[in-house]
Amino acid sequence: MGKFNKSGGKELPELNTSSLPDMIFAILFFFMVTVTMRSEELMVKFRIPAASEVQKLEKKSLVTFINIGIPTDPRLGTGTQMQLNDKLAAVSDIQDYIAQEKSSLNEADQQFMTVSIKADENTKMQYISDVKQALRKAYALKISYSARKAEN
Amino acid sequence: MAKSKKKVPSLNSSSMADISFLLLIFFLVTSSMDTDSGLARKLPPPPQDEQNLQEMKVQQRNLMVVLVNSQNQTMVKTQLGDEWYANVTQMVGKGGKVGLKDKVKEFVTNPNNSEQLPELTEEDLGPPIGTVMRTADHVISLQNDATTSYKAYIAVQNELVKAYNELRQDAAKKYYSKSYDELLPEEQELINTLYPQRISEAEPKNFGGN
Repeated sequence: MGKFNKSGGKELPELNTSSLPDMIFAILFFFMVTVTMRSEELMVKFRIPAASEVQKLEKKSLVTFINIGIPTDPRLGTGTQMQLNDKLAAVSDIQDYIAQEKSSLNEADQQFMTVSIKADENTKMQYISDVKQALRKAYALKISYSARKAEN
Repeated sequence: MAKSKKKVPSLNSSSMADISFLLLIFFLVTSSMDTDSGLARKLPPPPQDEQNLQEMKVQQRNLMVVLVNSQNQTMVKTQLGDEWYANVTQMVGKGGKVGLKDKVKEFVTNPNNSEQLPELTEEDLGPPIGTVMRTADHVISLQNDATTSYKAYIAVQNELVKAYNELRQDAAKKYYSKSYDELLPEEQELINTLYPQRISEAEPKNFGGN
């Protein structure tokens, strides 16, 4: 059957890949626009508790994080520590930290500032309560207990 | 000079894709897509002076006290009586006891107009809800011990929020025949007025040993 004879000559046309970089660039720009950069290196390790009724925090630029857990570096201790920005801090530093974060927002947004408490599930409530009292003093009243979405 | 007949050789751009892939991967790695999620709460403003430190007077029947102790056991106190949960499984209603969620729902709605549960007041919330009875002044006071674990605390918080969410969901179904998430913000607001979330987080007390 001559119809299926492959030896008869035509070469397979090459796939035109000239638009491939453009496509990749489009994806790249998409990612550049939609994501926020990882701003801080975590110095404490924590496993946040699970909850089924979690809400998403809407505006990421308005969220300030407080990380509470055990230092990843054992030289820094094995007790509960708190990380603000890029360093470990004491509860008494919260007020300055909040004031500083607040002033970096523009005035209209300041009232919407939310503090997300990311704490390890084995943290003692004493620590959390101290943090909460400090936040109250700093007038950062909108808080969110960070939690994983899980059915329970 | 004679024009060169040669064509300008085209730039080989086959590696362009590789370069942009590299950039793409770099951004994928360095960025964080995960939006944070959690249980939103509003703290009370700090006390201004000694006078405000005095506790707000709440009628006994309007108050539900939820205690979480250092062994992560939960106790619920209302005028109807106390309930005690030895662990989280019991607290969510899987251990043969009435769960905290149903307790809260009963407390917030007071379906049988009981004398022991928060007083119902009649109010006109406007269409489509109309005139309804609601417990406007109920307070759930959540108290914890200094050594309560955060996990247990969040589990209890979650049950409280779940009770409210289910009530609101039911109300949305009843009055709008839609789920709560599909409602307009004003409509959600109205339902929130029907079931206001009144949880007070007290300062820790040292009960139940250490």
